[in-house]
Amino acid sequence: MASYTVSRLVQAVLILLGVSFITFFLLYVLPADPVRQIAGRSATPQTVANIREQLGLDQPFIVQYWRYMAGLFQGDMGRSYLQKTDVATLIAARLPASLLLMAAGIGAELVIGLTMGIVAALWRGRAIDNGLMMASFVTVSAPQFVVALLLLYLFAVTLGWFPIGGYGTLAHLVLPALTLGILGSGWYARMMRSSMIEVLRADFVRTARAKGLKRSRVILRHALPNAVLPIIAMIGIDIGIFMGGIVIVEGVFGWPGIGQLAWQAIQRVDIPIIMGVTLVSACAIVLGNLLADLITPLIDPRIRIR
Amino acid sequence: MSDAALQSAAPRIDGVWTRLRRRKIALFGMALVVLIVGAALLAPWIAPYDPFEQHFDGLTLFGEPLPPGGDYLLGTDLLGRDLFSRLLYGARTSLFIGVVANGIALVIGTVIGLTAGFFQGWIGAVLMRFTDLMMAFPALLLAICLAAIFQPSLWIVAFVIAMVNWVQTARVIYTETLSLTARDFIAAQRTLGASTARILFKHILPHLMPMIIVWGTLGISTTVLLEATLSYLGVGVQPPTPSWGNIIFENQTYFQAAPWLVFFPGAAIVVLALAFNLVGDALRDVLDPTLRGSD
Repeated sequence: MASYTVSRLVQAVLILLGVSFITFFLLYVLPADPVRQIAGRSATPQTVANIREQLGLDQPFIVQYWRYMAGLFQGDMGRSYLQKTDVATLIAARLPASLLLMAAGIGAELVIGLTMGIVAALWRGRAIDNGLMMASFVTVSAPQFVVALLLLYLFAVTLGWFPIGGYGTLAHLVLPALTLGILGSGWYARMMRSSMIEVLRADFVRTARAKGLKRSRVILRHALPNAVLPIIAMIGIDIGIFMGGIVIVEGVFGWPGIGQLAWQAIQRVDIPIIMGVTLVSACAIVLGNLLADLITPLIDPRIRIR
Repeated sequence: MSDAALQSAAPRIDGVWTRLRRRKIALFGMALVVLIVGAALLAPWIAPYDPFEQHFDGLTLFGEPLPPGGDYLLGTDLLGRDLFSRLLYGARTSLFIGVVANGIALVIGTVIGLTAGFFQGWIGAVLMRFTDLMMAFPALLLAICLAAIFQPSLWIVAFVIAMVNWVQTARVIYTETLSLTARDFIAAQRTLGASTARILFKHILPHLMPMIIVWGTLGISTTVLLEATLSYLGVGVQPPTPSWGNIIFENQTYFQAAPWLVFFPGAAIVVLALAFNLVGDALRDVLDPTLRGSD
């Protein structure tokens, strides 16, 4: 187990290095010139050249990458071209909002998805099962912005239950979290349904029934905990899908997280910010996968590590 | 060695229709697909108006878009264009991206997965580490970034989407090729002196076909959703070319007063993605016993 953990950690670090290299390379070769954005249209060629030199953008690619990485290992993510602030500071200011939204979103996802899955499994083959599985297909077929705009229209514009957008109170959190929750629920519902059906077939459940235990007790105390465990490890994998959704949902609801930060930076070709947010997101994804890999054998001892 | 060891029958694709026909959900999905493809192909004939024409009577006296009903079936947009006609032409955009982007992604994914799984060794290691790396990329962020910087044409949007969408296919194909390559009938073919190309194209690829069909179908949904999202952000398909995503992008400022300008294109996207998801999932149940669900 220890050597497995170490090798997975090394792999994770290598993957992050790879992500940093490719992102840096893409931003380097792409036909968008950040210097033009900073200098403005009326700048003289001399000014443009000066800014380019100041930012070190006149250096060859490898030198630029080396400088960036050297800084990164000292905790310096560079400075935003346009906001004249350290990228690390900007991200640190936005990260709590995104993490809050993420936690609430995953919570909503689990509550909606697991409930759907359990109900579908218990009434397997009935109309409610078919209906829920159809619903799960609809949630995985809906783009984030459509669900977000729909909830916004229904609960904020028409009913006025929640604010239209912004940040600060619990009421502001409900709609964005619900959007993410609905979008991810279908995936969990299907996994929970199969997991529950499998457990309900297992010998220990039959034994519990044969002992004369009540059906509700068998389901709640015996089947459910066993069926939920494998799903827990999936949360880690889900984080990757989540990071994408957050950009859109933050945009629609004006939620001041790193998704919005990234979107604004992309529009203004503020490369250090794009680089920083990409790396933070990649870290979250790698960490999620790592947790999933390390938790699975702990939960289910039958899964042995090579 | 028996004949059976030499010739492992490739999974049957011919009986699929019969088995698929028995599934109500699959039939429903296919009906939706036919409906949308039909609408896209026949758009010039069934669209009541030119999708680009800004009608003088398409706006109220105050310059507001017209609600659904009346002369314009689903209402008009902020520029007084007929929404229904734009949606019909938008289906063409979505399907174009769905087919082209997904086609490219499928080819890349299959080639990488097949090469890595068949040759293994350092080629396989390099390719699969690269695939792992791509898995760690925030795909949507990457796509937005690429699309925003490229000032996209329809082809570039398709290409960008393909660049982030091949990863899943590569992993699935890799795992499957790996297990196929280890099977007896492949070893037998090798012993008999079959060339690498022959083994790859005559023996491995036919076994991968069901998986390619399944992922190809499911992939259309993913691609269409990604295109809609990029276009909604204004970095995908550029106006005036109608795309369901950019119709919402163009009209979003007026969303509260004219919600139909968001709902109809939104519903169209969901229906298209749902249709291909339903068909793909049914195909997976029918074609691939290893992935079969718990029904």
